[in-house]
Formats: sequence, C-alpha cells, structure tokens
Amino acid sequence: MAYLDHAATTPMLSEALEAYVATAREVGNASSLHAAGRHARQRVEESRERIGAALGARPSEVIFTSGGTESDNLAVKGTFWARRAKDGARNRVVASGVEHHAVMDAVDWLVAHEGATAGWLDADETGLITPATLAAELDAHADRVAVVTVMWANNEVGTLQPVAELAALAAAHGIPFHTDAVQAVGQVPVDFAASGASALTVTGHKVGGPVGVGALLLGRDVAVTPLLHGGGQERDVRSGTLDAAGIVAFAVAVETAVKNQQEYAARVGGLRDRLVDGVLAVVPDAILNGSAAHRLPGNAHFSFPGCQGDALLLLLDAQGIDCSTGSACSAGVAQPSHVLVAMGADDDRARSSLRFTLGHTSTAADVDALITALPAAVERARRAGVIKSVLG
Amino acid sequence: MRVLAAMSGGVDSAVAAARAVEAGHDVTGVHLALSRNPQTFRTGARGCCTIEDSRDAQRAADVLGIPYYVWDMAERFHADVVDDFVAEYAAGRTPNPCLRCNEKIKFAAVLDRAIALGFDAVVTGHHARLGADGLLRRSVDLPKDQSYVLAVLNRAQLDHSVFPLGDSTKAEVRAEAARRGLGVAEKPDSHDICFIADGDTRGFLESRLGSAPGDIVDSSTGEVVGAHGGAYAYTVGQRKGLGLTVPAADGRPRYVLSITPKTNTVTVGPAAALEVSTVHAGKPVWTGLPADFAGELDCVVQLRAHGETYPARVTVADGELVASLSTPARGVAAGQALVVYRPEADGDVVLGSGTITHT
Repeated sequence: MAYLDHAATTPMLSEALEAYVATAREVGNASSLHAAGRHARQRVEESRERIGAALGARPSEVIFTSGGTESDNLAVKGTFWARRAKDGARNRVVASGVEHHAVMDAVDWLVAHEGATAGWLDADETGLITPATLAAELDAHADRVAVVTVMWANNEVGTLQPVAELAALAAAHGIPFHTDAVQAVGQVPVDFAASGASALTVTGHKVGGPVGVGALLLGRDVAVTPLLHGGGQERDVRSGTLDAAGIVAFAVAVETAVKNQQEYAARVGGLRDRLVDGVLAVVPDAILNGSAAHRLPGNAHFSFPGCQGDALLLLLDAQGIDCSTGSACSAGVAQPSHVLVAMGADDDRARSSLRFTLGHTSTAADVDALITALPAAVERARRAGVIKSVLG
Repeated sequence: MRVLAAMSGGVDSAVAAARAVEAGHDVTGVHLALSRNPQTFRTGARGCCTIEDSRDAQRAADVLGIPYYVWDMAERFHADVVDDFVAEYAAGRTPNPCLRCNEKIKFAAVLDRAIALGFDAVVTGHHARLGADGLLRRSVDLPKDQSYVLAVLNRAQLDHSVFPLGDSTKAEVRAEAARRGLGVAEKPDSHDICFIADGDTRGFLESRLGSAPGDIVDSSTGEVVGAHGGAYAYTVGQRKGLGLTVPAADGRPRYVLSITPKTNTVTVGPAAALEVSTVHAGKPVWTGLPADFAGELDCVVQLRAHGETYPARVTVADGELVASLSTPARGVAAGQALVVYRPEADGDVVLGSGTITHT
C-alpha cells in the first residue's frame, strides 16, 4: 500500500502518540484549582510555550481550538465581527480565491447572513496571489475592509503565498491579516512574529499530532469576537474544557516537525521531484499544476487530459494507492476544484486532476508503486472518460 | 469477477452487494448521484436519492468492507430519464421512468463506465432471477418481482448483470440484512418516482410543461363533459380526478380512453370501451429468443408494472410486435412496456419486450 495523501492527514509521530497516551491516563481539568487540575494545567501551559517557541509566537498568543476549521472560522468571523463593531464602515472581507473551504465558506456565510461584502483576490495561473493584487484591492477599499485572509500554502496545488509581503500591506492600512498555515507548518519555515500576520491557523493532524486539536495564533492586540461562549478558558476568545492530552501531543508534533523541517523538506522534496519526473515520464501529456518555485515540498498535483479524476482515483485505490482528487465533495460528488478554476483551468482540466502528497513516512517505494500503476490506470480512465457504449 | 454493486442506500442493494462479496467476487460499491441538487429530490428515508440515502449506502459498504464511491450521473439521468418522462407525457404516452433508468442509466451509462474501468458486471438489488442459462425469470417473491422493469435489457446488458436476490423474498432479504448488521434492514421500501419530491406527478408536469387548458370529451356523444389544464396529466384508464361536469347518460363511471396531444383533447368513456384485445408495440428486444426473432408465439404478456398477465398470441414482423390477448385488458397505455413471458412452473421466463405504441 502506498499512502500518498498526507495533506489530508498524516500518521501520528510515535513520540506524539506516546505523549498523548501518557497524558490521557492522567485525570485533571486544567481549569480546576486542586492538585490534579494544576497538573493538567502545567501540561497545557508547557505545551503552549513549546508551540509558541516553535512558531515564533508568545505563549499568550496561542489559542487552542479543535483544529483548522474552527481556527479559520474564529479568525475570519471573529475578527470581522469585532472590527465592524468598532467601525461600522468596515464591512468587507478580503480573501484569496484559492482558500480552503473553512475560510471560503466562512466568508460566504458573512456575505449571506451578515451583510458583508467580499473582495476575492485573483490568483495567477500558478495559484499565486501577488502583492500587487492585494495592493489594488486595498487602494480601492482599505477604509471598508475588516479583515484580510490569505493562506500560507494551498492545500490542493501546494502554492506558497508571499505572506510577509501581503501581511505588511494589510498592516500599513491597520487591517488585521489572517493566514491559514495548516499545510505549511513543518513543511516550510513558519514564524508568526516575523510574518507580520495578526492571526495564523495551525492544526495537529497535518504535522503528526492528533485530529481534533489545533490553535489560532492570535496577536495580543487583535480583537476577536468569540464563536463559542462558555467558560472562557482561552483568553475569553474560546471556551471549552482544554484537551490536555491532545494539546500535549499537538505540541510534541509541532515541535518535532519544526525542528526537523529542513531535513524533512530536503528528503521529501527529493521524493516529490522523483514522483513528478516519474509521472511525466510515464504520462508525458500530464500537466503539473501549481508553481515550480513556490511549492510545498510534499505536494504534486496533476491534470491527466482525457481522464476523470474520480475514475483514476478508483483505479489507483484498487491498486493500493491512496490519493485524492484534492477538491471538496458535495453530497459525495467531486466538484471541479475552485482552486484550479481560480487558476484559469477549464472544467475538463479541473475534473481531470489528482493530488499526490508525501509526508514523513513516505518512501521511494511509495513513489515507485504509483509510477508502476499509473500508466494502466490512465489508459483505462481515458477509455472510460470518453464513454461510448461498449454494449451496442 | 470484479463487479460493481450499485448501492441506492436501500436494503435490497445492500444485501445484493453482501451476497456478491460472499460469492467471492471483488466488489466495489457505487452510489449514483442522480439529482443536480440533492435538496430538490425527496426528503426522508424513502428510497434512493437523498444525502441520507448516500450515507446509508456508504455505511453499508463500510460494514461489508468494500470500497465505495459516488458517481455523478445527474446530467445523464436528467437527459435520458427526466426529460424523456416529460416528453413522453407531452406526447400523450405514459412512461415508466424506472424502466428507462434501467435501460439508459444503470445498465448503460453505469455499466459502460464500469466495463471501461475494468469491471466485469454490475450487481443490483432487483428482485428477479438471472440464471446460468442467461434467462431472466420472475423473482420467487411475486409481489416484489421486478422482471418487468428489467425486460427492456438486451442480451449484452444481461450478460454483464448480476441479480443476487431473485431466489429470496423481501422478508428474507430484510432478515438477512439484520443478521449481517446492516442498518438499513428496517428501512421502508421506496415508492413513487424518485425525482418527484412530493409525489405530485401532475404538478411536476405542469411546472415543466406549463398550463394547457383543453376539453374532456365523451367518446360516445362527442360532447364536452369537462375541462383539463393539460392533457399530459392524464393516463389511459384513469378514473379519479377527472372533474367531469356533465354526468354520463348511464350514470356509470367514465375512464380516460385516450389522449390526443394534437388537439389537446382527453377522451373519456365507459369501462367497456377501455377493453382492448390487440396491443401493438415497437422496438422489440429479445433475450429469451434469438435477437432477430420473427414469427408467432403463444405466451403471456404483462402490460404494466405489477399488472396482471394475459395469455396471448404474439406476432413479430418488421420490428413490430402485435399481441392478440385471449381475454381483453383494460387501461393499456402507450409508452408502457409490453413484456413477453413464457410461463414455467419454476417462474415465468422473460422472452422479450417492446414499447406499447397503440391498441
């Protein structure tokens, strides 16, 4: 079996798993005042410090959440609400056209239910948002913008955005800037303070931690209206009993991934190049989507002309190769990727795409298994792609 | 064999897939997304087309440990089944959309794609038997028998089909589902037409075809006895909902005898006038006889889904099939299938079918 879907989720690091199990055996609510509570709190706060140190944030800037979707929603909606409450003219959300659904749908929701307007930033054909694009948006609308959000790295095609430059543009207008760095942490250097972002999303299960725990790194001076109301455990911005075991494992994973990042990027980037070269050798008309220069080390994303992505996925799955069409499903039906469409791909190219993503457990054998299975799968998918009745 | 199990989310297709797994086949489950917008199809656990049904199918596949995918067939379904349904009514005929879906989607578009992708056959939960002899027979559960809506399939389609449920009653299928831990064991049967959410066929047709008021005319007197909002909304044999304003001379109920789209007229008359002894059908398909069969044969015919059967002599010539019924039938509607069976003690065998053109 070859697991080539690390961008969906990646196996837990054994040290994170051990830390999880050890902490989960202990009793204690981090909000309790007794010894058990203090013990749990100690674990949580150590973890907060470790995550802050690994990602260039102060401990107080680490808000634990249930993961990427919650962090993105909190950042986008929470910042929008707080900013508009202070200045009613700030009714606009600026976002890239290649965001994950957790951001995109939150923006759409604000438009549909909160009377917001959206400024979608166009990507170029590699998925890149140029600073000039944001500058033009801000020149036109800066007084009305409540928040700007542009992801650090794209989850489908792996394109890295010039986050520091974009954040600086927003900062020059005094506008909070959020970045979804779920795909970036552990893959490329991520430093919250150096990036100039006001808020940054990170999640456990993309870096070798558990599913269901993540964080929003949130500047201390950034006002955010909470999504969840209750005990106010996290700076009164987020409520809910802290998941000590999850948080400890998350911290171990972040720390390990960040510590190993350079070595990881070199090794996995090498495997990715082997994968790209191999695919293009056996399917010469395959199109590599995304950016050559500004790309996550573990990401390869292709369109296979004449194929439908879901047919290829089925055929590769049957050969023990796990990959993804990369785009979201609606009622189980794969939709043409909004990311590829934003990059100017037509419907056919969008529907013919597949994403292969490598991670810390990937090997050359995984890559070679794909290269071996791919030609026959592509040939079959092409036959199925142009359905003419074979039954007469 | 490598087989593709079409899984609607209902109990039948789940058990059919389970039996295919148990028979040693390499089974992949596929749920067909037929609606352009799942919210516009019927809601609740009524059969096949909601997100809930898709989840039920996925859960069943997971229990069986087989891969599961959703195939988007919405465009084909709308073109070949829904639009065809509307066009047939507009032409004064009475279509059977389940039959059309089998003919054009499940055992055509889906089967073609399956074969192109390397599968050998499609497995469905239809209640019918398809033996090693290649003959299609009625299910042992006669009230649940679906051979009528499968009789439109040709030889090549049947050769790539597997119906694992034909030897079981519906009650046995449900019991087996429960035994296998399939959550859909108690799910209600699907009824009605899947793409008409509220069951209001007339309203659906009106929304698609618009209002087209016209006369309802008595067959014997030629008198206008009522008004209709669109002749397409009527079916031969229909008695209810006619809203006739002039009572019949004999005071007896009147039925729809014919629909004439050209003049936008619905003709009604007494029950006796509904009786037909000769039925003409086109586009014959033979699977229990040589595909190019011509000549005469004695058989029984069925003229609508779950309808009664009639002994008949069928003559086939020049691509037309004419059935002379030994006893008259009522409510025979153009657009329905005429299915030709050979009676056998072990279950009637489907010889072939045609589409009723006129009587």
